Amino acid sequence: MSTRDAILGKIRRSLGVHAEDSARNAAVDGRLLQHAPGVIPARGQVSPDAKLVLFTRLVEKTGATTIRVPSTTAVPDAVAEYLRGRNLPAKVRMGDDALLEALPWQHTQIEREKGPSDGHDPVGLSHAFGAVAESGTLVLVSGNANPTTLNFLPETHIVVLLRDDLAGDYEMIWKKLRAEYGRAMPRTVNMITGPSRSADIEQTIVRGAHGPRNLHIIIVD
Amino acid sequence: MEITSPTFKANARAALADPQLQQALGHIRTGFIEKRAAAVAELPEFERLREQGRAIKNHTLENLDLYLEAYEEKVLEEGGVVHWAETADDARAIVLDICRSVGALSVTKGKTMISEEIGLNEYLAENGIAPVETDLGEYIIQIRDEAPSHIIAPAVHLTREQVEADFRRLHTHLPPERDLSDAGKLLGEARQVLRQRFLEADVGITGANFLVAETGTSIIVTNEGNGDLTQTLPKVHIVLASIEKIVPTLEDASQILRLLARSATGQDMSVYTTFSTGPRRRDDPDGPGEYHVVILDNGRSGMLGTEFQDMLRCIRCAACMNHCPVYQEIGGHAYGWVYPGPMGAVLTPQLIGIDKAANLPNASTFCGRCEAVCPMKIPLPNMMRHWREREFERHLQPTTYRTGLGLWAFFARRPRLYQFVTGIAMRILGNMGARKGRFRRLPFASGWTKYRDMPAPAGATFQEMWAARKRNAA
Amino acid sequence: MAGTASGQSTELPTGPTEGPSVALFVTCLVDLFRPNVGFAAVRLIEASGCRVDVPAAQTCCGQPAYNSGDRRDAAAIARQVIAAFEPYDYVVAPSGSCAGMLKVHYPELLQDDPIWAVRAKAFSAKVHELVSFLADVRGMTGVEAAFQGTVTYHDSCSGLRELGVREQPRRLLRSVDGLKLVELKDADVCCGFGGTFCVKYADISDAIVERKTAAIAGSGAGTLLAGDLGCLLNMAGKLSREGRPVAVRHVAEVLAGMADGPAIGEPEE
Repeated sequence: MSTRDAILGKIRRSLGVHAEDSARNAAVDGRLLQHAPGVIPARGQVSPDAKLVLFTRLVEKTGATTIRVPSTTAVPDAVAEYLRGRNLPAKVRMGDDALLEALPWQHTQIEREKGPSDGHDPVGLSHAFGAVAESGTLVLVSGNANPTTLNFLPETHIVVLLRDDLAGDYEMIWKKLRAEYGRAMPRTVNMITGPSRSADIEQTIVRGAHGPRNLHIIIVD
Repeated sequence: MEITSPTFKANARAALADPQLQQALGHIRTGFIEKRAAAVAELPEFERLREQGRAIKNHTLENLDLYLEAYEEKVLEEGGVVHWAETADDARAIVLDICRSVGALSVTKGKTMISEEIGLNEYLAENGIAPVETDLGEYIIQIRDEAPSHIIAPAVHLTREQVEADFRRLHTHLPPERDLSDAGKLLGEARQVLRQRFLEADVGITGANFLVAETGTSIIVTNEGNGDLTQTLPKVHIVLASIEKIVPTLEDASQILRLLARSATGQDMSVYTTFSTGPRRRDDPDGPGEYHVVILDNGRSGMLGTEFQDMLRCIRCAACMNHCPVYQEIGGHAYGWVYPGPMGAVLTPQLIGIDKAANLPNASTFCGRCEAVCPMKIPLPNMMRHWREREFERHLQPTTYRTGLGLWAFFARRPRLYQFVTGIAMRILGNMGARKGRFRRLPFASGWTKYRDMPAPAGATFQEMWAARKRNAA
Repeated sequence: MAGTASGQSTELPTGPTEGPSVALFVTCLVDLFRPNVGFAAVRLIEASGCRVDVPAAQTCCGQPAYNSGDRRDAAAIARQVIAAFEPYDYVVAPSGSCAGMLKVHYPELLQDDPIWAVRAKAFSAKVHELVSFLADVRGMTGVEAAFQGTVTYHDSCSGLRELGVREQPRRLLRSVDGLKLVELKDADVCCGFGGTFCVKYADISDAIVERKTAAIAGSGAGTLLAGDLGCLLNMAGKLSREGRPVAVRHVAEVLAGMADGPAIGEPEE
């Protein structure tokens, strides 16, 4: 008997159940298929404007910075300004993201390097799949468009978020993800709420543990 | 990991006398408690979410076999590998096997209590593979060769000065006159030292806060991002998870995630909540080429169907120990093994045996604060009491204690005899104590009078006085 | 004799002869150490319009056995208590931990016996801690008592977490003429008594109670009150050992206007 069967057998004996019990199987299959939501906090169930206010307040509480721009065409300038303001080189690492690709970068002097980060990039630039107002959380998805390493290796992470992609709650994000990816999840979904931190020394909160020290969010109307 | 639970009392005494530990523990009494309270106050739905969390986990546990099968199916579909481990030995061997299969020399680790439970680090080291802890707290205790003292803040028992001393001792390649006078500088140094290890690692090992059956997904929750670097950069990612980590759907996970960070640190969400499914895809330019999940039983299947089943709802938030008056005084090492505080008092006897761990469920006043703050509404004091029942049945308590209790019960079941004997005893004690009103010393009560005076009894019992009043009235 | 009720209320029982019948569960500590608390409870329950009786066949609620894992003795005591007390409309105890034992744990103890499970459930519905009985069941919003001084209040764990006793004693204390109530820092944190815990793990218990007495001293109150004599003996004993001049009494004594005699651990003058 394999270890797998031994463990499953132990579980069934402890619970006093059978594998072939049709009622149990139906209940389990049903729950997995329906993936019904539970309690969704009211705080995110607000108007789009209120959602933006909530998102901004919560994410800034974590030490992230935000800026609103009127359209995608303003993004490259916003990036350039941020880099200048922080005395960072005018260089970003980004993926193949179509939206970021299509931006008018030629107005700026920003050097764009493509592909995953190898640990030597000071700044990473991503386009968020979405965000959650309820907790000030960005949602980023793995792939060529926005490689996962961009979220963690560079010391500064700049994320572009379209207002329309700001959801009230996580449940909306799962809906959106399933609509785009079907039953197969992408390799990684990162829910990011602020810059990296640790409180492991005397409960003192310090930024920049292993992930980015700085998180800057450009919110596009 | 060495088990010192049998010497709990001596451990506790040492902890109480340790000024650095006492200073460090001061941060728990304020930080964790106040932050959790503030977060809970800001979320009106918190109580309903607790009900949801309990319901989801109970349903899952009742159908754990089916959900594990569904989970495994999805992981395989997404290109992952699932390994089943009945014991700690099984799990260690599987991990070593995977490491050897890719010729791994260096291994990074995200924080995982399961790896502590199975003693993975020592085993890998014995077999020529040096694992590097990357969670700052775990890194600190690794270089001190200590065990974690808290399930989410492993180094909470240390002061900043102690950490500085350790960094200076170990990071000898850095200039000795460098400034490490605050937590920020220490963190910066750790970041620098560990960055290279992240990039070099062949295998990354993490735990999992949850495993999602619907999608075959493992979820890790960190504030540092170390878990993500651990699982994304190496060519192999190994997930260590025990069987009760399963939740049915992403929506179910979201319910419980709303409880987790709030209960642990008072954050709405931890900085990084990551959902991982299978190895690198065709259109992934980064990520591990292999994704392995080691599912561990180690005694948990035996908890199902028993009075301890509810303990399997635990999501390892540490709210119980943060609020426990006993843990706050002695810290985590005194408990003697991997899991301290109230959740440790219930889980440890199951995993290492009540004979070794008896002190843990006994060192509780049953104040109930743990149960009151547990996001999953686990009846912790009740389960500690059940362990005491098991102890009693097996005659594991000291004879004097059992005899004393038996004597008390003998009299308590015989009211007239009880009242006769206590009437005499209280008259004697009352007379002895009348002058001062209290005893500084009392034979047979040195456990009490070592630290406290014993107030003297009134001398007459209420029952005597009530009976006298009734007689006079008649 | 130290701390007797002599010199206080020795009036003959002249309480109501009508109204609901209440059986007083005295508790072993009140019975043996401080009867004044029992008499204060009687006076308060009568003042709320009930007849009070004290069934003779009572000794202990069975917690020592129960919390040590001895279900057999605990169940035997439970049956004894239920049989003696179930004929009454209410069962009231001047202790959150004993009332909690009777109300919350007796049904669990006897759940496997079909007959006793039913009796325990019916019994449980009648059980109340004293102050919550006065406030929540009898609707008392104030008492006719006077007490000069600043008082602070400790929330005993079982009363608080098993029975929801928190606002009621504070509300009634505020109605006492002359009494000033100040909040105790960490009032809802355990005092370290925990039954046998305080002697089995004396070092840890001492550390916990030391924190509590420091908070009590920090409150500036001259008197400490609580609803459980176990907690009170523990805290009084520590305050006395530390030489802190805080008088310790059961909240019932103050509410009943019977706080003239010696405080806990003080000799009779």
